[in-house]
Amino acid sequence: MRRSLTTVAVAAALASTLVVAGCSSKDDSGGGGGGATGGSTGGSSALSIQPLVQIDNTGKEVAASDASGAADPAGDGSAKCSDVSLAMAGALTGGNAALGLNIYNGAKLAVDEHNKANADCQVTLKKFDTEGDPQKATQVAPTIVSDKTVLGLLGPAFSGETKATGGIFKQAGLLSATASATNPGLTTNGWSNFFRGLGNDNSQGAAIAKYMTDTLGYKKVCVVADNQDYSVGLADVVTKTLGSAADKDCAASVKQGDTDFSATVQIVKSAQADAVYYAGYYQEAAPFVSQLRSSGVTLPFISDDGTNDPEFVKQAGDASKDAYLTCPCGPAPSDFATKYQASAGKAPGVYSVEAYDLVTIMLKAIDSGVTDRADMVKFFAGYDGQGVAKHYKWDSSGELASTTTWVYQVK
Amino acid sequence: MSAVLLHEAVGSVHAAIATDVIDFDSHRLFSNFWALTVEGLSYGAIYALVAVGYTLVYGVLRLINFAHSEIFMLGMFGQYAVLWGMGFLPRGNAYDEGIALTVMYIGIAMLGGMLVSGGAAVGLERVAYRPLRKRGAPSLTFLITAIGASFVLQEFVHFVLPLLTDHKFGGLNAQQPIRLVQETTVFTFFGADVTNVDLVIVVAALVLAFAVDRFVNATKFGRGIRAVAQDPVTATLMGVSRERIIMLTFLVGGLLAGAAATLYTLKIPNAVIYSGGFILGIKAFAAAVLGGIGNLRGALLGGLLLGVMELYGQAYFGPQWRDVVAFVVLVLVLLVRPTGILGESLGRARA
Repeated sequence: MRRSLTTVAVAAALASTLVVAGCSSKDDSGGGGGGATGGSTGGSSALSIQPLVQIDNTGKEVAASDASGAADPAGDGSAKCSDVSLAMAGALTGGNAALGLNIYNGAKLAVDEHNKANADCQVTLKKFDTEGDPQKATQVAPTIVSDKTVLGLLGPAFSGETKATGGIFKQAGLLSATASATNPGLTTNGWSNFFRGLGNDNSQGAAIAKYMTDTLGYKKVCVVADNQDYSVGLADVVTKTLGSAADKDCAASVKQGDTDFSATVQIVKSAQADAVYYAGYYQEAAPFVSQLRSSGVTLPFISDDGTNDPEFVKQAGDASKDAYLTCPCGPAPSDFATKYQASAGKAPGVYSVEAYDLVTIMLKAIDSGVTDRADMVKFFAGYDGQGVAKHYKWDSSGELASTTTWVYQVK
Repeated sequence: MSAVLLHEAVGSVHAAIATDVIDFDSHRLFSNFWALTVEGLSYGAIYALVAVGYTLVYGVLRLINFAHSEIFMLGMFGQYAVLWGMGFLPRGNAYDEGIALTVMYIGIAMLGGMLVSGGAAVGLERVAYRPLRKRGAPSLTFLITAIGASFVLQEFVHFVLPLLTDHKFGGLNAQQPIRLVQETTVFTFFGADVTNVDLVIVVAALVLAFAVDRFVNATKFGRGIRAVAQDPVTATLMGVSRERIIMLTFLVGGLLAGAAATLYTLKIPNAVIYSGGFILGIKAFAAAVLGGIGNLRGALLGGLLLGVMELYGQAYFGPQWRDVVAFVVLVLVLLVRPTGILGESLGRARA
């Protein structure tokens, strides 16, 4: 028995070497071994997440804002200032670094444009790595606060770290403008120095729910969510806004890290619904949508900004086709994308535009003669102007006065 | 018609009691009963194969080898690397190579996975457990070592493997899937769709289980395993090399884990991730205990039972209760039969 096992193992090793030697890649061979799949290969590699429409909180379509009147960080080129800097805090290393780097590169582009145009006002951009971790962020925050040249902070990037450090920045009276933290609770803490540069999870959930019932015409939607704060909160808003269109019988809750959704798939399959809404991140969304499709469920799949990531398309392949994904973040206009590409060496990502806009507002403040932290906060509170992504004007809690959600589709 | 009304009445009562936390949806369970059974059996077959590894090692060493879940995880990476080596680049869609070639490729990938897992299991035994045994360490030390080894293997794949392989394998995200088989329905059975993947998993698992059962019960090596399990000292006196038997036990457990890993990735191609063995390993361990740890056939029965109960439970109570169901079943069975359904018996004469 032992000998035969060894023989089989050796045979297998030999066989695999032969096979490896015999044929190279089966993916791009086209006319080779994978000839039959040539068509679908082309389809899969062409799939990407494309912007579809911008909607407001009632699900109505809003024309994309006109970026031509957007504030320009270069200003008129005559600004005078000395020894001032801006800070950026977020994940620059670790698993979520991609998001932090999107934000940093957007901010850097604005500062570079400003410094190039204004020889007498050189602003330094200081970056602080929090790894997206609330605990690390609380250690970093005092360093930012104690640097007296820092007039404004872009960040923190994530909701958890913002929640953990908000008190420190409030105490120091330092402007904290986030380009990405979307937890609704953040603006209920009385932090007068906190401004959010995009819609929160409530507005995203309400907008897509209205869009599903009013525009897409779904009468019965299965709301599935994982067990993380973000997802539960979002699913809650979506379910409430859907009202009678949310089908309680096929609502399901899955767990972070799950890869096998068989029971949930069966529940959805037998429900005769019009669509499936998933609140969560791409890591679970990708296997979920794959398993839905392979068990024959062809219902439209709608998800959120946690799923709105190229990794979702990479993992799910053709199963992700036609999925609707929302984001409070807007797509980058083409001339911004060109500038960003030249500066950062890659295409703009999620939140790059928001970061650029927020830093531009800070730079405008500096150019207008703001020299201390209190005036910077005042400048933001009174600001009313167009940016590249959207119109910026905040209410007293630090939320944007009017928020929009972008609907994207995998095509 | 009246059944629907009744269901609605019952449903509203339950809703009043439990709101959203727990569902008690018997309609959902019974209308999908056969579909859930089919799915449950195919997951159960995978639990069963992994459970064999726990049960054999426990039978021989009285050691719960918690690192076995990571042996399974390494098997997933092993078969993934073999597929990659054969030219299947990862992509979102399934390849279509025709039945004969697909079966051959899966066979080779499975052998690759089995070799990686088997090798890792034997290596683990050498590095982590043998030195302890030589020094006569108490069993608690073995247990802690097993848990430690589990973390070491996970973090190796998490942090070190990507550096060694130019970020092709391992790391934080799941591997981009390589799908060889598009899951399609072969036939329908009381309204349940039986897919090609389900069939392959259940058949392959049964064949492997039967082979192991014959190996342990009807070969010279199997007799050695049973002898050491029964009484290590006497077995040594009778000329059985204990060390070789222990190595063999780890090898067999590892090989089966590698096979299970390949079958699992057929079902869920996105599951290849450094943390992907953990929960499944715990479930398989529960399956081994459920059937009677140390008992080969018990592991198989326990695995199938756990897979099916888990899916019934999810349909009835809601998917978020999945793991709770698995472990409540375990507790209930152990209350009635403390040694598991079939009892602990690897060491008995009739295994």
